[in-house]
Amino acid sequence: MGKMRTQSAPWRAAAVLASVLLVGGVAACGNSDTGGGGTKDDGKITMGFSQVGAESGWRTANTISIKEAATAAGIELKFDDAQQKQENQIKAIRNYIQQKVDVIAFSPVVESGWDTVLKEAKDAGIPVILTDRSVDSADKSLYKTFLGSDFVKEGRLAGEWLVEQKKTASGPVNIVELQGSTGAAPANDRKKGFAEAIAANPNLKVIASQTGDFTRAGGKQVMEQFLKANPKIDVLFAHNDDMGLGALEAITAAGKVPGKDITIITIDAVKDGMQALADGKFNFIAECSPLLGPQLMDLAKKVKAGQEVPARIETEETTFTTEQAKEALPNRKY
Amino acid sequence: MNDTMSRYRTMTGHRLFWPAAVLFVMLAANTIYRPGFLSIELKDGHLYGTPIDILRLSAPLILVALGMTLVISTGGIDLSVGSLCAISGAIACMYISKQPDQNSVGVVVTALAMAMGVSLVLGAWNGVLVAVIGIQPIIATLILMVAGRGLAQLITEGQIITINSEPYRAIGLGHALTLPLAIFIALAAALLVAAFTRRTALGMIIESVGGNAVASRLAGIRSGRVIFLAYVISAACAAVAGFMMTANVSSADGNAAGLWVELDAILAVVIGGTSLAGGRFFLSGTIIGALIIQTLTTTVYAMDISPQTSLLFKAVVVIAVCLIQAPAFRARFSRRRRSAPPPAAIADKPKEQVPA
Repeated sequence: MGKMRTQSAPWRAAAVLASVLLVGGVAACGNSDTGGGGTKDDGKITMGFSQVGAESGWRTANTISIKEAATAAGIELKFDDAQQKQENQIKAIRNYIQQKVDVIAFSPVVESGWDTVLKEAKDAGIPVILTDRSVDSADKSLYKTFLGSDFVKEGRLAGEWLVEQKKTASGPVNIVELQGSTGAAPANDRKKGFAEAIAANPNLKVIASQTGDFTRAGGKQVMEQFLKANPKIDVLFAHNDDMGLGALEAITAAGKVPGKDITIITIDAVKDGMQALADGKFNFIAECSPLLGPQLMDLAKKVKAGQEVPARIETEETTFTTEQAKEALPNRKY
Repeated sequence: MNDTMSRYRTMTGHRLFWPAAVLFVMLAANTIYRPGFLSIELKDGHLYGTPIDILRLSAPLILVALGMTLVISTGGIDLSVGSLCAISGAIACMYISKQPDQNSVGVVVTALAMAMGVSLVLGAWNGVLVAVIGIQPIIATLILMVAGRGLAQLITEGQIITINSEPYRAIGLGHALTLPLAIFIALAAALLVAAFTRRTALGMIIESVGGNAVASRLAGIRSGRVIFLAYVISAACAAVAGFMMTANVSSADGNAAGLWVELDAILAVVIGGTSLAGGRFFLSGTIIGALIIQTLTTTVYAMDISPQTSLLFKAVVVIAVCLIQAPAFRARFSRRRRSAPPPAAIADKPKEQVPA
């Protein structure tokens, strides 16, 4: 043991030396980039993007969309996966600042704690675009714009479709709601938007609302109890496709036909959900699109050209009925 | 008079009395709230009703908790079971989804064998870390708890894998004798574990290792092997639970499958009367514990308690269950109730408990 310990000292020195060399190398790269930055007047835009991670199919589609859109738009993309850690994201953003990229874009892992690094970017004169999720900085000048879905609107679209469908209904329409994870922004906002929209018709009533944690197993387990506790359920509103998919099995087991006996409305429009919609098991989906790459690249060009952009831009999203789903399904990427 | 008192005391003194009483009270409260709660009807040749749901949904938890009971009785703990559920489900679903004929029984059996194989290896990994290398169980299994979730996502490539395989679906939703198959699988596992631990010396050996591993080794028991075995059994139970969870929704979700089930399992074991310090275990208590936890979850949905308050509701019930179940608390409570405890009663108590 003693021998090993004495041996470890030179090893440690070598490791320190190696890491110093590495850091030096990175710095040197940064410097050479800076040198190159001066000759970057060929109009080619460099974008540094820091992604949250790869936690879901939605996120994977988001990443692919951004990479493809960058290639299509002729923008050089420096991509970093933060693996759900804010410190990784801050590190990546600092790297981009050092490399003097033209635009920095990122989907913040968490809402708070960004002021310092965003100020650094601002001081370096690099515009920042937020995608998908926002930050809670009081100083709105720290970023140019926030590009992402409007969850309240998604809930409202779902509700408005239902109001339209049930406008001739004479008796009460019983709705059950499968909420997302308690406290999550999409769950709160979708619930709010839906409630606002169905307030237009007093016949529409949410008789039960429980969290299914955005998962299929959760949606199924909750729906089983809803079906047993409430003899008459007319409509199911699920905050995402997965919970709706789980509920399908519960509805079938109860001897009812999903899509006919119970109208099903969900949000997201992932592939499995679209398939269910095309098969007539779902009736309506409000899209929450991860494909914001093209919009992001457009914004990057505008920002680089010094044009003014709105502080809040919504992702281009649509809604699907069964017929539309059948059409859209073959080209669905996620 | 004295006879009824003593009979009452023997009954309440039984270790299963309080958990069973809690379960009964919960079911009764639900029935009062909604009289149809316990009703069962025949639908499509299957029994259909909330009690059946509770039994079917608690099957995976019962399995995980059985393995956990053995691990805890050796004085250890296995935090990795939730991740193991996700991994076993992910491997099985991934393999099935890649096959041309998903409905072939052969394909499903191969998938199950592969997933079970990997789970046993991972269980052995836990066992080696704890029994051979001597790492604290909570740390050793924490490694796989964290890394395993990542592994499950790596297998599913971060996607939810949907499959369309009737034989696989049967594990979670199939029926036999009008009852869900999952109930029989859990029951079979429970009987198997009970037979091996209570009809052979294995159970006593596990308890002696949990009581004092060094003393057991000196007495001639290979403590290391027993501990190793407990982790492998726990992994095998978790693997089957993972099959059930994924079969229940015909899809594998690396993120959500079996999330936090380790905590539910530990709770079930504790409610069942097994000591977290090791050295003593009660399989029947564990099963009732698992049923209590599932009933509690179902109660929240059946009574439509709002999600914001349901966590608090669950916490209050769990605290109450644990306190009622603790002999020290009951003793203190009953002593307070009687202003002057007759000394005879106290002297009686140990005498009556000895033969029991």
